[in-house]
Amino acid sequence: MEHIVIIGNGISGVTAARHIRKNSDKEITIVSAETDYFFSRTALMYVYMGHLKFEHTQPYESWFWKKNRINLKKGYVSKVNSSSNEIEFSDGEKLGYDKLIIATGSKPNKFGWPGEDLNGVMGMYHKQDLEKLEKYAPDNKRCKRAVIVGGGLIGIELVEMLHSRNIPVTFLVREQSFWNGVLPKGESEMINREIISNHIDLRLGVTLKEIKSDAVGNVKSIVIAETGEEIECTVVGLTAGVSPNVDFLKNSELEIGSGVKVNRFLETNLTHIYAIGDCAEQHEAIGSRRPIEAVWYTGRMMGETVAQTICGNKIEYKPGHWFNSAKFIDIEYQTYGWVWAQTRENEARFYWEHIDGTKCIHLNYDKNTREFIGINNFGIRMRHEFFDRILNEKRTVDYVLEHLADANFDPEFYKLHEQEIVAKFNSENGTNIQLKKKSWKRIFSKSL
Amino acid sequence: MKLIKQTGIIVFLIGLSIFTASIFTGSFSLTQSELDTFIQEKGYKSEVIKVELTKAIVTEEYLNIFEFSSNVRNAFEASNKHYDALIAKYSAEKNWSEKGEQYQYKISGKPHSLSFTLAKKAGKGFATENTGLLWFLTFGFGIIGALMYIVPDVILLGKPGIKNNGIFLNAATNRGWIGWFAFLFLVSFYILLYFYPDFIVNWVYLVDPISISISGNPASQWFLYGFLYCTVMTVMAMRMYIKYRHNKYQILRTTSVLFFQIVFAFLIPEILVRFEKPWYDFKNAFPLDYDFFFKWNLEELLSSGGFGLFILVWGIVLTVVVVPVMVYFFGKRWYCSWVCGCGGLAETLGDPYRQLSSKTLLSWRFERIIIHAVLIFVLVMTGFALYTFFYGADQVLGIKIQTIQDIYGFLIGSIFAGVIGTGFYPIFGNRVWCRFGCPLAAYLGFVQRFKSRFRITTNGGQCISCGNCSTYCEQGIDVRAYAQKGENIVRSSCVGCGICSAVCPRGVLKLENGPEDGRINPTEILLGNNVDLMDLINKK
Repeated sequence: MEHIVIIGNGISGVTAARHIRKNSDKEITIVSAETDYFFSRTALMYVYMGHLKFEHTQPYESWFWKKNRINLKKGYVSKVNSSSNEIEFSDGEKLGYDKLIIATGSKPNKFGWPGEDLNGVMGMYHKQDLEKLEKYAPDNKRCKRAVIVGGGLIGIELVEMLHSRNIPVTFLVREQSFWNGVLPKGESEMINREIISNHIDLRLGVTLKEIKSDAVGNVKSIVIAETGEEIECTVVGLTAGVSPNVDFLKNSELEIGSGVKVNRFLETNLTHIYAIGDCAEQHEAIGSRRPIEAVWYTGRMMGETVAQTICGNKIEYKPGHWFNSAKFIDIEYQTYGWVWAQTRENEARFYWEHIDGTKCIHLNYDKNTREFIGINNFGIRMRHEFFDRILNEKRTVDYVLEHLADANFDPEFYKLHEQEIVAKFNSENGTNIQLKKKSWKRIFSKSL
Repeated sequence: MKLIKQTGIIVFLIGLSIFTASIFTGSFSLTQSELDTFIQEKGYKSEVIKVELTKAIVTEEYLNIFEFSSNVRNAFEASNKHYDALIAKYSAEKNWSEKGEQYQYKISGKPHSLSFTLAKKAGKGFATENTGLLWFLTFGFGIIGALMYIVPDVILLGKPGIKNNGIFLNAATNRGWIGWFAFLFLVSFYILLYFYPDFIVNWVYLVDPISISISGNPASQWFLYGFLYCTVMTVMAMRMYIKYRHNKYQILRTTSVLFFQIVFAFLIPEILVRFEKPWYDFKNAFPLDYDFFFKWNLEELLSSGGFGLFILVWGIVLTVVVVPVMVYFFGKRWYCSWVCGCGGLAETLGDPYRQLSSKTLLSWRFERIIIHAVLIFVLVMTGFALYTFFYGADQVLGIKIQTIQDIYGFLIGSIFAGVIGTGFYPIFGNRVWCRFGCPLAAYLGFVQRFKSRFRITTNGGQCISCGNCSTYCEQGIDVRAYAQKGENIVRSSCVGCGICSAVCPRGVLKLENGPEDGRINPTEILLGNNVDLMDLINKK
């Protein structure tokens, strides 16, 4: 029986393992240096906030692994010996494989700031980061202020976490407006407002110069590069992006760029070795996606795909239409298709914001063909299947607006805004789109 | 704001303490003429009971409720023992006619209930003389204190949104010491209410004026329970409105259960009594209303004219027609989360505890067995009861129907539904009865699972497996397992409370009623991946 070894017990590695087991009787071992069991990294924040206990973040009960004959091994892999088909652990132990899947995820970026290794400095990625945060910022007595460096999805989540324990937070964002590399102006400004209205000390357009230490190696303060301002704090969260966690592979025969280089079949340059998830880098980016996709969903999709290949059904990693979601304190965000921060040459845009300033939608469409390209929706839940179908069928933005009532995924009895949205589009564009009443038949016809 | 909250806790605790302490106040006794009137009204034939009760409670002494109760119970016991001795004597003598004569002198009834009836007439002291004031010091302080604790959260909790911060870090909601105290208090309350009502007669005095104003009768311990139930639900509903003010579904649902409890389960039945009609809760469906087909109930309805007949027909139609039709269109949530009184208390008083439900596979296996066992129990018992009613028997297969009814009433009606059902909130979650015991839930669940339009749709591939949905599911359903596979949730235990959808941080879950076709959709590859792969695997 072939032995498949998977390094990494995150969503990518575990999805691969599950699907391999569903389709074969191969021996499977998942290796992890972080935890005994797979847990959902996206849920770590809720453990600190008291919404969940750590056990709740584990999608499978502990009997699941034995029942499905998936071996779990705790250990840090220090070397991959492709010539002898072995991985080597930091304690010298070796484990042989027939096929190897590298699914080691990401690590938080550190850019060589002075003081970046002091006590009280951490990323927000590993379970161990959560433990550190609990140690250095258990409440606002022991942590009078925390500074978060890096305005992205992890940064805003760390802000929300600290805020839940009433710890004052200073948020250093390099950009002039929050996450404006990804979010267009209207949405980005909405998030700025959301952050400020929660009494977070938001600093736009600044970067970190250094982290200062007290007498015993703990964080004392940080210094802002642009102004020289020194801010006292006891915790510094480094959330300035992530990079593939592949340092341990530098001395192997694997081709490494920023991540492990893979082709469309998720194969590396070495036979029998694959890489998936955050740590994998496509030679050529797929469509409009980035070569490295550090996203929960794509990790899962790569796991699903590589399992097929390993079980004899060799198929390409071919992700469908782009989608993503996040939450910015109390504002939920979903996106389907592409909505670039800057309008492109062939694009026309439509932006609607609710009068309370916490809900909006942003439509992106081709200005000539009127083909729908993408939507950002904040504060209003939308149906994934609806937009996937729209993109498959290459529908126009007019069609989308006409059927907007079908797209709504908010709970029952919520106030609906489609009329207002369509009216604004009509008035801005001189169109006369009539909003169609929601139709269960149309909505569910795809699932048949 | 924080100060108001802290003061509120103190006020509430003062009210609760006075309430608890009031049990020990007051004295209980009757004059001879009061006692004679009582015995006459009751029609007790026993020649011994008058002497025994006079000895027990016609006195100048100050008897507290425990002493009074003890004396009364001894008196009834003495009377019954006297006749038991005669029965044994005649039995030994084989004097069957004399033996048969003795039974009419025996007094039936649970000792503490007999004692309660007397105590209600015999009370003197603070509770009876200053009822209004004591009501204010107990209920009033409790309500005001609780509201002072709850209302400031409108500001303190910040903007509308998910508000679960600190739940697993707080001793009240995390099976900490506060939870255990609450558990002890609730369990004790139910045990007293069901099994020692005479001990809490002072509490019943507090709501006498309210009872009289609605039905014209003084209160029983059940009126006290109903009033307390409505009060607790109303106050905790305020908490729900504040916590879930961003979610219209929760607001409407809370209002619905509150309405049905106050109007249908409390006011209407009492008003019916005022008009000399039977006490009846129109929304209480068989088999949850397990004594609907008992002989005493059928006789009462059939002797209450047209209205009694109406209730009988309605009760049958409700269970046989209304229930399955509504479940077809809306799922079992129409009853369990929008109408039912047990559900109403679970969703208001129980909301702080919903995350404590067990999510293990083992619990689900246990749940399936026990809830269907209760359903079988109640159906068999009802079958037997109807048989004995129509054929004038008093036993089936050698077992007395009264015994079966007593056992069910004790084990299921009182212990399971009451003591365990509500008492266990702070430790085992807010739906222990609903999930493990309620036979109506089992019936509703069958229809929901096999013939209904209701489902919780999962939003394509958007699930990030965080686990909030499963954690906050009060019925212990592993919602995440479905969401992370992109599969609709169709489960017989789902009561449609909608909390999973409310706490999901990515908008993955939506409760909806849609076409039956494709409602159950096992999915292995989620939306967003290679469409050919999805076709290949999902259509297999």
